[in-house]
Amino acid sequence: MATRQTQILGRSVTAPSVLLLLAWSLAPLAATIYFSFTYYNLLNPASGQFVGIDNYSYFLTDPAFLASLKNTLVLVGSVLVITVVLGTLVAVLMNQPVIGLNIVRLMVIAPFFVMPTVSALVWKNLLMHPVSGLFAWIANSLGLHPIDWFANAPMLAVILIVAWQWLPFATLILLTALQSLDGEQLEAAEMDGAGPFSTFFYITLAHLARPITVVILIETIFLLSVFAEIFVTTGGGPGLATTNIAFLIYSQALIQYDVGGASAGGIVAVILANIVATFLVRLVGKNLEA
Amino acid sequence: MASITLQGVRKTFGAVEVIPGVDLAIEDKSFVVFVGPSGCGKSTLLRLIAGLEDVTAGQIRIDGVDVVQVPPAKRGLSMVFQSYALYPHMSVRGNIAFALKMAGMNKAEIDRRVTAAAATLNLTPYLDRKPRDLSGGQRQRVAIGRAIVREPKGFLFDEPLSNLDAALRVQMRLEIATLQKSLGTTAIYVTHDQVEAMTMADKIVVLNAGRIEQYGSPLELYERPANLFVAGFIGSPKMNFVTGAPAAALGAATIGVRPEHVAVRPGADGPRGSWSGRVTVAEHLGSDTFLFADTELGTVTVRAAGEIGLKPGDSVRLIPDSARIHRFDQAGRAIRG
Repeated sequence: MATRQTQILGRSVTAPSVLLLLAWSLAPLAATIYFSFTYYNLLNPASGQFVGIDNYSYFLTDPAFLASLKNTLVLVGSVLVITVVLGTLVAVLMNQPVIGLNIVRLMVIAPFFVMPTVSALVWKNLLMHPVSGLFAWIANSLGLHPIDWFANAPMLAVILIVAWQWLPFATLILLTALQSLDGEQLEAAEMDGAGPFSTFFYITLAHLARPITVVILIETIFLLSVFAEIFVTTGGGPGLATTNIAFLIYSQALIQYDVGGASAGGIVAVILANIVATFLVRLVGKNLEA
Repeated sequence: MASITLQGVRKTFGAVEVIPGVDLAIEDKSFVVFVGPSGCGKSTLLRLIAGLEDVTAGQIRIDGVDVVQVPPAKRGLSMVFQSYALYPHMSVRGNIAFALKMAGMNKAEIDRRVTAAAATLNLTPYLDRKPRDLSGGQRQRVAIGRAIVREPKGFLFDEPLSNLDAALRVQMRLEIATLQKSLGTTAIYVTHDQVEAMTMADKIVVLNAGRIEQYGSPLELYERPANLFVAGFIGSPKMNFVTGAPAAALGAATIGVRPEHVAVRPGADGPRGSWSGRVTVAEHLGSDTFLFADTELGTVTVRAAGEIGLKPGDSVRLIPDSARIHRFDQAGRAIRG
């Protein structure tokens, strides 16, 4: 790939697919931007006129917007904390030589292969159901009053489900990183008199700084758009208790049939995601240099 | 500043016996080198002394105290690893200070010691750099700094120079030997490089398959190898071994003569006891010439000083120095007297 000839050849051969890809992602974005400036309601045949920034001011001044923004941040933040902390601990445990490690590994990774809708349904009906769920049964057999998760602690319930789904991802990345930790470094620390806790904080955790950054970046991208789990379990409620930005946009478009307002919400979400991403990259991105 | 004594030390990994039983006394302030082919157990022995592996049986005494049950950090030994094992996210200062910090030493004392160690090793300008910004030789120095700052009773070196280029290796070899002498700290040094062993050691331990073949000063090993293994392992190029009639004539099963103790003369005629051969390869090093000659006894290596005008295919007469022929019995042990 060094000569000018191969460079030109490479570019001209990849150009069609790059252009197609560009069109593929730019066309929907352009359409969304266009709709966001028009009045467009699926129930109203007389829609299509240009309304300026009305959709935006409507969406941004809606009290549901601030509530769902807060919910989004709470959801993303909590799931990140849970998966990174637990993921690190589980990875450290799984890095020990234990009998049956392959089976344990498979079990830990399994949740990642379950579709969000399916796992949400399992959690809703088999685990967290206040009458027939496993948690209710445990509470009853301990003589406690079962918790009605989706009525009394809806956000916590959603956080638990999403964290359960993303824990394997964090564990997997951190485990592979741990396996690349130089054994002689650990022995050097042992010779230097570091106990298990000092070794964990000074050597292991420091070694994991970079993979943890990767986990945070990737998870944030996906957690900002959590939808299926909310849709299946709480439907955004009770009230607005579990409505995040993605769900708010959905309800705007397909419950209120307001495509224009939803488009404006979509553009706002894109801008918000970019702001979050910028902060995140600034904050933790320096870990990825060199 | 300690004597280290091994008594009946055994180590098995599962069913595999790596060290069948080693007795060794290392004197205070001496520099002892463990040398042997790869897989001979020299690193394992070092790790047993360090405490990174548990002994299966036997005692390891440091200054007379059995340390078999003592954790590595409490044995008062520090180790330099082959990969240096520097902590990549800590500065040079952090690396050197880590052990002291773990020992709970106060800041002023840590600073004083780190500064002193850095000055000894010419690391002062690099104290705030990360290991990845250092060259191989500098990383090696940091690893040594980490070892000396604890003021240990003994240093353990596990093939520390094997990742350096040849020139740097010679320089670091000298620095390590000088440093050890000036600190007067007992040192154990593992290597497979016999040049390192010969130049640095007060005493060499030659290991083979977990057994000590010979323990002695470098020249003792060179001049009076205890058996065939040591005779073949120490010295470069390798000693020539001859079996059969010439050996039987001297009352031995095998005789050995070092390449530097064989004189070479062009032509086919020579005195009694000399061997005729044909040069197959001549390696010209400038200072020396290594000749490989085919004889009726097999290939004989000759090391001649300076440059001699012999080419492959030339007939030569090889005259071993009869005073420096080593004799070995059937079991491979040296015959003395």
